[in-house]
This record gives sequence, C-alpha cells and structure tokens, in this order.
Amino acid sequence: MTNQELQQIIGSWQPELEFTEEESQFLNIQVPAKHLHNLMARLKSDPETQFDYLFCLSGVDWGEKLGIVYHLESTTKRHIVVVKVTAEERETPVLDSVYDIWATAEFHEREVFDFFGIKFINHPNLKRLFLTEDWIGYPLRKDYEDETNMILY
Amino acid sequence: MILLSITENIHNWLFSVMPAEVASIVEMVLIAVVYLTVFAVAGLFLVLLERRVAAWFQLRIGPNRVGYQGLLQTMADAIKLLTKELVGTDRADKFLYNLAPYFVIITALMALAVIPFSQEFHAFDINIGIFFLIAISSIGVIGILLGGWSSNNKFAMIGAMRSGVQTISYELSVGLSLLTMVVITGTLQLSEIIEIQKSGWLIVQGHIPAVIAFMVFMISGTAETNRAPFDMVEAESELGAGFHTEYSGMKFAYFFLAEFINMFIIAAIAATVFFGGWLSPFGITESIPELGVFWFLIKTMVLVFLMMWFRWTFPRLRVDQLLTLEWKYLLPINLVNIVLMAVLVWLNLTIRL
Amino acid sequence: METEVVHTNFKSEEYFINMGPQHPATHGVLRLLLTIDGEIIKKVEPDLGYIHRSIEKMCERDSYQQIVHLTDRMDYLSANINNEAVCLAVENALQLEIPERVKVIRTIIGELTRISSHCLWWGVMGMDVGALTTYFYGFRDREMINDIMEETCGARLTMNYNVPGGLMLDIHPNFVKRVKDFIAHFKTKLPEYDRLLTGNVIFKKRTVGVGVLSKEDAISFGASGPVGRASGYSCDVRKHHPYSAYDKVTFNESLKTEGDTYARYLVRIQEMWESLSIIEQLIDIIPEGEHRVKTNAVIKLPKGEYFQKVETARGELGVYIISTGTKSPYRLKFRSPGFSNLSLLNHIAVGGKIGDLVATMATLDLVIPDIDR
Repeated sequence: MTNQELQQIIGSWQPELEFTEEESQFLNIQVPAKHLHNLMARLKSDPETQFDYLFCLSGVDWGEKLGIVYHLESTTKRHIVVVKVTAEERETPVLDSVYDIWATAEFHEREVFDFFGIKFINHPNLKRLFLTEDWIGYPLRKDYEDETNMILY
Repeated sequence: MILLSITENIHNWLFSVMPAEVASIVEMVLIAVVYLTVFAVAGLFLVLLERRVAAWFQLRIGPNRVGYQGLLQTMADAIKLLTKELVGTDRADKFLYNLAPYFVIITALMALAVIPFSQEFHAFDINIGIFFLIAISSIGVIGILLGGWSSNNKFAMIGAMRSGVQTISYELSVGLSLLTMVVITGTLQLSEIIEIQKSGWLIVQGHIPAVIAFMVFMISGTAETNRAPFDMVEAESELGAGFHTEYSGMKFAYFFLAEFINMFIIAAIAATVFFGGWLSPFGITESIPELGVFWFLIKTMVLVFLMMWFRWTFPRLRVDQLLTLEWKYLLPINLVNIVLMAVLVWLNLTIRL
Repeated sequence: METEVVHTNFKSEEYFINMGPQHPATHGVLRLLLTIDGEIIKKVEPDLGYIHRSIEKMCERDSYQQIVHLTDRMDYLSANINNEAVCLAVENALQLEIPERVKVIRTIIGELTRISSHCLWWGVMGMDVGALTTYFYGFRDREMINDIMEETCGARLTMNYNVPGGLMLDIHPNFVKRVKDFIAHFKTKLPEYDRLLTGNVIFKKRTVGVGVLSKEDAISFGASGPVGRASGYSCDVRKHHPYSAYDKVTFNESLKTEGDTYARYLVRIQEMWESLSIIEQLIDIIPEGEHRVKTNAVIKLPKGEYFQKVETARGELGVYIISTGTKSPYRLKFRSPGFSNLSLLNHIAVGGKIGDLVATMATLDLVIPDIDR
C-alpha cells in the first residue's frame, strides 16, 4: 500500500493525527499521547493495515519534550509507517504501554524507561534494565550530566 | 617371575624379623602404599592420555611441552594443585565438605584391590570379588552427594542431586549385567572367572546375551563414572562445574583423579569379565606369564579409549532422558537378558573352545 | 498464635538461582535470574547491562566515520554487516552513488562474515549440548575466513572495512583466489558438520520439540533472523528490503515451520549453504572500478530522519538516525536483533529443564555486546 493510501485510511479513523513525509523515507504520524494506545491497537488489528511487527521503538529527547518513535511494519502487506508521540511534560513523562499489542515492546519500553525516564502505564515489569536500581538520572536525555563518567564533546 | 621372587623375599624377610601378626600388618601397609603410589601416578597418566586423545579428536596437539611429549604435564599440574590455597565457601558444612573428596578417592582406590592385573599381581583375591566391586562403587556417590550438599552452592546441590539419581539408577544395570556373566561362571571370585575363560573369553562363551550384557555394561559403566554423554553431574554448560564447583586445589584434584581411576576400573572390570583379563588371545603367550599385565593393560586401554571416544563425540543427554534410558530400556533389557543367559546355560548352549 | 510466613515471590518448592554473569552457557556477561522447581524452569528474567557502553550516547558526539567504528563493538561476530548498516544509512542520506564494485565486495564480505559467525555458533551450540569437539571444527573453518579478512581488511575481528562512501581499501590481490579456496574447502566440511552433530540421536533428542516458538509469537516478539525464520516467519531483510548487491543474486530464504531448537539449528546450517552460493555467484563478477567515492572529510547529513535495515548473522539490525544537519547525529538508535531475540527467552524456556534452557539459548545465538549496546 502506498503512503497516500495509508494516510487516507488512517486519517479517517481519528481527526487529531498529523501526517508528514518530509525529511523521512516513511509516512510519519504524530499522535497525541491520549490517543496512542487506541491508534496502535487499531493499526495492528485493522485488516487493511495489519501492522503486526514493531521493529523499532526508540526514545527521543526532542529538547522540550520527550517522545517515542515507533517503527511499524506489516509482515503480510510489507508497508511501513512511523508513529511519533511525545509525553506531556518533561519531569514526569507518562505514556501508555503497547506491550499488550506487541510483546517485544516490553523490553524496548524498559530500555526507554531506563535511559529516558518515560513511565509506561500498564507495563507489567517496569524497572531498570541495563542500569542498576539506584542509578540517578536518565543518561540518554540531552541534559544528563555525569561528572565521573563524562562523555566529552 | 622376578617380581614374584622380590615380593616373596620381602615376605620371608618380614616374617623372619618380626612376629607373624605384625609382619602381616606391615605387609598390608606396604602393599597399600605401593598401590596408592602406582595408581595415583597411573591416574595422572590417564588424565594425560585423555587430553592427548581429546586433542587428537579435536585437531589439536595437546600437552607436549613438559617432559618428552608432555609426559610430565599432569605431574606438574598435580604439583601445582598441591601447592594451591584451598578456597571454600563461607557457611559450608566444613566437616562434610572436607570429608567428601576422601570418600570419592578412597572408594576408587579400594576397588582396585580386587582387580587381577596378572596371575600374581592381585592384591586381594576375595571370593566375592564382583559383589565387592559393585558394593564399593556405590559408596563413591556418597562422597559426591556430600560434596554437593555441603558446599552451600545451588549449582553444586543440583549436581549432587542429579548424581544421586543417576548413580543409583545405573548401579542396577551395572550389577545386573555383571550378574548375567556370573550365571555362566558360577563364581564371584575374579581369579576363578579368569580361570574359566581359558576355554574362551566370556563374551564368546555367552555369545548373544554376553554381547548385550557387555553393551549394557559399557553404557551404564560410563554413566556410573559420570562421564559424557552422561556427565549430568558436572554438565559444565549447565551447572558450571556441578558438585565440585566449590572445591579447589588438591580436593578438586581428588575428585578429578577419582573420575579417571573409576573409568579405569570400569574398563578393567569389563576386560576381566568379558575379555579374559590377563589371558592372552588364543593363548599365544601362555608360556610367558609375565605378559599377563601387558595383555590386561592392552584390553583395558582399548576400553578406556572407547569411553574417551564416547566423551568427545556425543552431546550430553538431558536428565529426564538419562533416567528414561535406564528405567525404560536398559533395565528391562537386562532382566530379559539374565533369563536368556540362564536358559542358555541350562540348555548348555554356551560356546566352549 | 502461629506466625504466618508469606511467600510473595516463590511457592515453597521453588528456588532461585543466578545463571551468570559468569556462566559458561551465557557466552559473556549475561545474567539470568532463574526461578526453578527442581529442574523445571518457572521463570527466566534476564538482567542486562554488565558491558553496556552506551554506544548510542557516544554516537551523539561522534562523526559518522567514528560511529562506523563503534558498530564493530556491538555484534562483533557480524562486524562488517554492522558497518555496512551505518554506511548505507549515511550514503542514502547523502544520496551518494556507490560504485558497483563496492556493492559486490560488500556483499561478499558480508556473507563471509555470516558464515564465520555461523561457524562459531555451530561450535558453541555443540559445546552447549555437551559435544565439546564441535567447537574446534567450527573454529578450524572460521580461521580460514579470518585469514582472508586479515589480508584484505587488516583485522580479524573488528574489521572497520566499510566507510561511508565505499571501502577503506581495495581488496587484496589474493582475495578472489583465497575465497575460492575457502568455498572448495567448506563444501567438503559442511557435510562433516551434519555427520557429527545434525543426525546424532542424542542431539535430536535434546533439540526436537524444545523451546517452540509459534509464528505469531515470533512476529509479536520481534524475532528476526534465523530465530524468526525457523518459526515460518519470512523475515529476511536481504529478500524484502534488498541492499548492496542482494538484488542481483538468487538465493533461497531458509524457512522452517517447526519453530523449535532443531529448526533454528537447521535454518542456520542451511544459511551457510545459501551464503556459499551467494559468494559463488558474485566472486567471478566483481566489476572493475573505484573502491570508494570521495566524501567530505566532515560528513554532515541533511536535516531529517533515516532508517536502514540490514540482515546480520543474528537478524535484523536497524539504524535509526535523526540528524539536525550537524556533524553528529541528534539521536542514533540501533535496533539490535539480539535484544529482541532475548526478550522471547522467558516465553519459550518456561516449562523446560535447565538443559533445555541452555540448548534454547544456544540457538538464539545471543551476542551480549549486541544486547548491551
């Protein structure tokens, strides 16, 4: 399915979605945080889209806000879409977990929690994955500073 | 003959200088010391042999630097282990922890006493020889259980429990397959068993059931010594080092050495019971009894090589498959085999040359 | 009054052991927290991070040429393919026209890397199920590839052979001959692998029906590479999103439907044959030409987002670059195959024995630095 067709179909579900193809090889969908889980569940279950393969889940620090980028692919139809979401606030960012839709999200969300501090609602086992439990701060945030293990620019 | 005259001279001299009771005790001690030294060294060379055989299977050279062709390598290893610090776990049951390796090594060495290396070289010709061997070889597992249990380590514990399950199961097959042969010989005494084989090795005399018994014995014997493909007890990719995870230095070396001596014992029993022990094939060197040790060692080493071959070729079984093999296959086969052998002997169908 | 002991985490028969970080079967510093009932596994929880170097954070300060070097240190067994992923992403972003020669050589080197990785895996797989000899057979053949790599790339493990714009150096004059020698040699040795391990009764008992992963679960858990393909899930990036010279060669995607440990084993063996056939198709038609396109000393990607997938020996490696137009990426995410493959371990290992866990883990073919990026 081409990006235009995808945009038409997905756009007809919810009016709040923003679509863009600029600066990216895939169709990008910007979704408000409160609609995230609904959209994701529909993207997977809808027979026209069938995005059953979440191949990349990346946390991104956009500066003012923290966000997540989901790369979705359909293993039957072989089309790809990118869903972006940003959390409401930077201090205590909260988003819905999608682990009940794609099981792989459980580990990827733990990784994002570990490095960006984004909390996931309904996540079964949300704790630090790579770092120790008593680690202070979230290293992949742009404002993270570690005096002892500095990464020099 | 020379060997015989030396021991006879010592015997006579001892009895001439001290009272009979003291002399026989001194003699026993002397024999024990000789056996200990010989088999400690022999065990070390078995380790070397295993390493060279493994290297041969694995496209390597193996130890070849210490001494000629690496002959002194395991000696050097033993000396290194002797000088190492003994590190144990905190809160281990110290008494049992220290006791365990001795259980294992002493039972291994005890079993050697009844094995006839040649007509003269036979320390303890007891009339219940086979029974004694079976009994002694089951004590070893106590050492392994104790070692694993007292180490205060869960991996060691799992290893010890596996060992208990495994050894107790396979004990049955070892015993029953030997008893199958006893049906032919009608005696448990090892020297008599060999005497009977002068009219044909037992594996020929008992033909089909004897071959079955031999195969069962080799399989369960390998399992009894906890060697691959039955090394569930150590299973380094699953349990680290199994029951001896927490042992170091010489205590570890005892476990290690005992494994090799046990392997030698299993091979030696098989050689004695199935292949005529120190008898030469077709009696070709019957006039030279000194060659008995040579023939015995040749047969034993072939079987030892067979066990090494198993180890370096097969993957390891899983613990439940191990028990399935014993209880569902080997044991019923064995029981049927005994009956078959009894029928054979009753109908006089054995082959005697 | 009796005091009541409340067990929250364990039933009374269950206990807990630490498998790793120093354990022979975890092949590195992976730590698994196992909840066990006797020999039966109730729960597997991986504890990661023992060699996490935060490569993604380091990438945010490095130039793109430097990033290529870091990727070697992730999945060190498919170092060349990792390099290729970043190079392709950068080249696509810059819209560089890459010479055919480079594409073909990259494909050959990539497939050699895959064979070498699978050789090591095969050896270790045998060792994990207790057949120690396989290790040396695997390494014997891997050694030949390492020698080829050493001659051409100058290194044996972390090659850094690919750079944005092409290859660091042209291939060594001996390269073609030695690769042909290797193919001839390996074609006689692969059947030996089958004779030693594949048909072995004990090996089959240990692997058939163990650690079964269904196709739906494979997709849901994001399994890729041989793990996914053994479950009947067609996920070969070389087929679906061809890169370099993969669109010029014909090869079969090795698929199995059983999804058990044995199927994963067979898929990898089959992949070695396919890799050999790919190399054979290309080795005689390496085009003449430049081995490298000139790029700026400081590469600045245009503002935007770039994603590149490649098929490493372990599965699908994704490189996601967000660029703001500076010399370093704003954010760079590696989607590593091992990480997703590890996440399904708990799902397929529960209910098996400790020995099954070891066999299952061996066929997931985890490389820990790939998981701890």
